[in-house]
Amino acid sequence: MDKILRVDMGAEGGPTFRVEPVGEFAGLGGRAMTTAIISREVHPLCHPLGAENKLVIAPGSLSGTAASMSGRISVGCKSPLTGGIKESNAGGQAAQVLARLGYAAIVLEGKPESDDLYKIFINKDGVEVSVDNSLKNLPNYPLVEKLKGQYSDRAAYMTIGTAGEMKLLAASIACTDPEKRPTRHCGRGGTGAVMGAKRVKAIILDDTGLKMRPPKDPEKFRDANRRFVEGLRKHPITGEGLPAYGTNVLTNVLNEAGAYPTNNFRTGRFENAAKISGEVQAELEVKRGGIATHGCHRGCVIQCSVVYVDKDGKYVTKQPEYETVWAHGGNCGIDDLDVIARLDFLDDNFGVDTMDTGAAVGVAMEAGLIPFGDGAGAIRLVEEIGKGTPLGRILGCGAEVTGKVFGVERVPVVKGQAMAAYDPRSVMGIGVTYATTTQGADHTAGYSVGPNVLKSGGDLDPLKPEGQVEMSRNLQIATAAVDSTGMCLFIAFPLLDQPETFQALLDMIGAFHGITLTGDDVTALGKSILKMERDFNTRAGFTKHHDRLPRFFLKEPIPPHNVTFQVTDEDLDKVFNW
Amino acid sequence: MRVTVKLFATFRKGRFDTEVREVPPGTTVSNVVDGMRLPGSVGIIFVNSRHAVPSHELSDGDTLAIFPFVGGG
Repeated sequence: MDKILRVDMGAEGGPTFRVEPVGEFAGLGGRAMTTAIISREVHPLCHPLGAENKLVIAPGSLSGTAASMSGRISVGCKSPLTGGIKESNAGGQAAQVLARLGYAAIVLEGKPESDDLYKIFINKDGVEVSVDNSLKNLPNYPLVEKLKGQYSDRAAYMTIGTAGEMKLLAASIACTDPEKRPTRHCGRGGTGAVMGAKRVKAIILDDTGLKMRPPKDPEKFRDANRRFVEGLRKHPITGEGLPAYGTNVLTNVLNEAGAYPTNNFRTGRFENAAKISGEVQAELEVKRGGIATHGCHRGCVIQCSVVYVDKDGKYVTKQPEYETVWAHGGNCGIDDLDVIARLDFLDDNFGVDTMDTGAAVGVAMEAGLIPFGDGAGAIRLVEEIGKGTPLGRILGCGAEVTGKVFGVERVPVVKGQAMAAYDPRSVMGIGVTYATTTQGADHTAGYSVGPNVLKSGGDLDPLKPEGQVEMSRNLQIATAAVDSTGMCLFIAFPLLDQPETFQALLDMIGAFHGITLTGDDVTALGKSILKMERDFNTRAGFTKHHDRLPRFFLKEPIPPHNVTFQVTDEDLDKVFNW
Repeated sequence: MRVTVKLFATFRKGRFDTEVREVPPGTTVSNVVDGMRLPGSVGIIFVNSRHAVPSHELSDGDTLAIFPFVGGG
């Protein structure tokens, strides 16, 4: 990964590209790369959908190697949803393929004057940027179906659906899985809208004829990878829970904890949660003959994904993740897994974030457009997004826009981005992360749910503010570093609980680059990323007053614990004091 | 006294989802767990939706929820 591809979509006479040496960005991967380029090169006051914004796509620093779990790809830009810096990452095949092609980043710059739609093809022989207006208005599934006949079987696809073309604020970028289904999304923050603004419909990556990236010290690398995989396999979360039940194993846990946001964050318990739980989902999938364990990218040993089929055994979607099951399920009072799976498919097909879309539907229910629990109504609403009707465009711009248009006060967002499946009143640690992360409400930015609820990586009382600031700080630093390696964030469970697995990862990175890496180096990397992101957001106009939860979380106690969010503003302002 | 015991994930296999049990006063979470020969360690314990430790003494009418270590997100 010694080069960067820059495509100027706004060049006179049509897009041009140049391949540059990686230069000052050498050694960076994933979020470290996207953040470094955006913070240095994008004007913080630019319009996110304008020519001044850039879309940076970067494989992790270990992607394309034999390292297990290294298939995350990061996409960065100034977010049209939050107005701040954005890094959104996804699994699928793209990271491994792009890394083997030798690109540390693709940077899409400028925007075309014309209405033409482009595709970008990259293989070992070079880069081709071409007009393909036959792709206009295609949702992700038919789009990939049409493209895959034209390219090698090894190709991976990064695409936008109709939502991205319409530049909706919750639009995602889809990455294909090993079966070439557009199921893994850089979902958060509207990165798909930025790709749409640049009129790029598809990026096709083909690594035919290329090999895995070789480590500097192959023997040490192999040994470290073996110890790393052993650690993942022996940890109960990555070795048992996730492969058996997928991420939706959390529904019952959060519901039992009284922290499962129900009916647009009115209560912390959903009476029908059991019906949409991971346990019931897994049973149903096995009964119907779906594929019970599946990796979203080659080289994954956790295999938390599944193929979800209908009662006739016909493909519906990939197994909806916990956050999706919640956003379209309990958050909307919906208790039917088939309805949720259909909504997951629609989101993937149109290319929108499942969390912001589910939260928008919840807000629409709060506004009285349809009642809570109305599954058929929720499907109709999400179909409006695909049709591009005025209502669909509002919903496809996420919960905040929907709340503003329909006059709703209870809108669960920070910096314009919807919260995930944990109420910040009854899991105060995640409230600190939602409030303070540079990304807008984002549970993955510092997953305090681990020590608060799951008792992994520490033990804090979720109903008390004590210790939450320090925990969120440490997790935000560690996460920024992990997001730069291309590693799936689920490795954090064994990493935090098993020092020898953390050491194995350090050894593996070290052996790849032929250096010795320590925990302090990882911390320093994480801090440097957060510092760049905070600095960008400050220059974009963000102040400490944006690091706050909506006031209703401080005023309305949530049952069953009847608590409000109790971390003080003064303490929230200490998260980035290190 | 009566307590409701709920099991989740792998702990359900060959056992039950929910069971109401008659237990003597002074029964702790450990007493209940030990009698079930669960596969693997107990990860998360809730008594009436609050985290509890194995030595927690149950009261009449309590709901005890027992999970292995699970995660996602």
